[in-house]
Amino acid sequence: MTMLTMAKALNAGLRRALEADPKVVIAGEDVGKLGGVFRVTEGLQKDFGEHRVIDSPLAESGIVGTAVGMALRGFRPVCEIQFDGFVFPAFDQIVTQAAKLHFRSSGRLVIPLVIRIPYGGGIGAVEHHSESPEAYFCHTPGLKVVTCSNPADAYWMIQQAIASDDPIIFLEPKRRYHERAEVDEKGSPPPLHSARVVRPGTDVTLIAYGPMVKTCLEAAEAATEENHDLEVIDLRTLSPLDMAVVDESVQKTGRVVTVHEAQLNLGLGAELAARISEQCFYSLEAPVLRVAGFDTPYPPSRVEEEYLPDLDRVLDMVDRSLAY
Amino acid sequence: MSDGSGAIGEVELVQLLTPEGERLEHPEYSFSGDDDQVKSFYRDMVLTRRIDAEATALQRQGELGLWASGLGQEAAQIGSGRALGKQDFVFPTYREHGVAWCLGVDPVHLLGLFRGVDLGGWDSQKYRFHLYTIVIGAQTLHATGYAMGVERDGLVGTGDPDRDMAVVGYFGDGASSEGDVNEAFIFASSYNAPIVFFCQNNQWAISEPIERQSRIPLYRRASGFGFPGVRVDGNDVLAVYAATTAALERARSGSGPSLIEAYTYRMGAHTTSDDPTKYRLADELEHWRLKDPIERVKAYLTRSGSGDQAFFAEVETEASDLAADLRTRCLALPDPRLLDLFDLVYAEQTPYLEEQRARYAEYLATFEDGSAEPQVRRAEAASAAPVQSAFGGVH
Repeated sequence: MTMLTMAKALNAGLRRALEADPKVVIAGEDVGKLGGVFRVTEGLQKDFGEHRVIDSPLAESGIVGTAVGMALRGFRPVCEIQFDGFVFPAFDQIVTQAAKLHFRSSGRLVIPLVIRIPYGGGIGAVEHHSESPEAYFCHTPGLKVVTCSNPADAYWMIQQAIASDDPIIFLEPKRRYHERAEVDEKGSPPPLHSARVVRPGTDVTLIAYGPMVKTCLEAAEAATEENHDLEVIDLRTLSPLDMAVVDESVQKTGRVVTVHEAQLNLGLGAELAARISEQCFYSLEAPVLRVAGFDTPYPPSRVEEEYLPDLDRVLDMVDRSLAY
Repeated sequence: MSDGSGAIGEVELVQLLTPEGERLEHPEYSFSGDDDQVKSFYRDMVLTRRIDAEATALQRQGELGLWASGLGQEAAQIGSGRALGKQDFVFPTYREHGVAWCLGVDPVHLLGLFRGVDLGGWDSQKYRFHLYTIVIGAQTLHATGYAMGVERDGLVGTGDPDRDMAVVGYFGDGASSEGDVNEAFIFASSYNAPIVFFCQNNQWAISEPIERQSRIPLYRRASGFGFPGVRVDGNDVLAVYAATTAALERARSGSGPSLIEAYTYRMGAHTTSDDPTKYRLADELEHWRLKDPIERVKAYLTRSGSGDQAFFAEVETEASDLAADLRTRCLALPDPRLLDLFDLVYAEQTPYLEEQRARYAEYLATFEDGSAEPQVRRAEAASAAPVQSAFGGVH
């Protein structure tokens, strides 16, 4: 067991992947000498060389497009998009090129590509540095989308994503980069595409992922003072969703609140609500309720704490759920 | 090659065979092959033009949804395609039918894509010919990344002709405006990737003339990215072959990328959905018809005595047989089953997609004949009450 921040855990996971497979390469802006703007790749170029940890020209479509080409050559590229809001210049290369090649080739080609994206708000950043673009990618057949909420998952999930033969969007909650937790590097992780109950409870199920898992755990703790016992699920995998864990929880509690930073309209919460209503209709005591970012562009940072779901907004929605 | 100064002086054009079929000398490029090789180019060009004509006819008869004709670009494609070494790898646009021919891709696979039975039916790794890319210019980045991989695999500059390889990224004059093409130039230059950027400037991007894309000759763009560029007569198969051979050798030896602008003309429409009479003059087509890539080779072979009437007639017969066979096999292409496609989305199938597939299979099974024809579906829906509950909300 080692105490690691999420950034260090990702670094350790990337290091282990680079050691395990000579075909793994890392590419992105400033990932080399600087070690990335969040230092997630710190020291990797020094130890694995410029051929495997590649400082890219400042062009996101180029980073992903060349990574697709390297994947076709048998490499397993890990691209870093410096910030969430900068992924859109690469949108065609992700959703039209990387995502579709396996299908277009009738399964002959595999694109084992990981695109790491620091995402979400809460760090007082200037605009385009705090966004949550996951729904765009979840909507795209051929992509898989995962996100970690803690250092141990970060360490294992990045390695599992790199080992996968499908293109994966790997979302890293940047405001949790520097939070520490124990990482058991000798342990064995659950499958990549599995959700997990991180706090068992009986009254209401909170479904969260990435940065909101901690918020929900804090909300659940606070709710105990009002004698409410909340269950918290960390989805971990956003596409595909692991509905078995969700269904089991909903059948127990009968009440669900989904929580994400991304905008409300057509967000993950909407899909969860639809799936839960299809699969757990007779277990529900209340409609599935959603806490999310508002349907405005991400606001100036001085008001971001108001925009982002927090403990109070989560508990307010829990109260509404319990009122049915 | 340009001097890299970018000055707009006289535009150079490498030409080794005039439209009248006369051989020319060039200080930098030469064609060292014999007349048998020239005859093989002639055959390739005639056959691929015939494939193209057959595909256009099939589209007009409703057997293809669309066809992107390569008419007029045969020399650019055969000249570059035949210059490829046995390790080199190609990333095409959607019009490289002649290059596909050179690499042994069965033309029926090209028709399959345009007929709508698949999205690219050939084994791209086996033929070293990637799937067609329709979003303009995107493939130039794939080509560059592939070339970066080749370099990392140590297959550049070893001096061993059985090892060293290069990558060719095809694109057109319209694509030269795309960000991806410009990013590909930057990445290739920055990493000294073993790649040849092969631009067929056919003068028209659907209805937009080259002047809308570039105010300087396209080959000169290369100097701004730090690698050499050359303009060749794209209707001269010998010049294209010579320039591509040199550029490939440069890439394989580890000297980095280069750009070839094959100056040619799209004699047909952009695709079968296009009507070029709306935006260009018949005079222009006539002007280019005099520069036809096949006629000049025929004139040369006739003059040199290497090609006689028997040879030309034999190629014509071969072309007709090829077209007839292609037509038969095109019409026999089986339609895919939608149900089979669910398993092709991911290398590692997801439970949700598997569930969608299973539910759709269940739905199909509710029809007596298992048919998914919409008319049958609608007619039988009224009496197939279980359908609705079998579906849940998934359908």
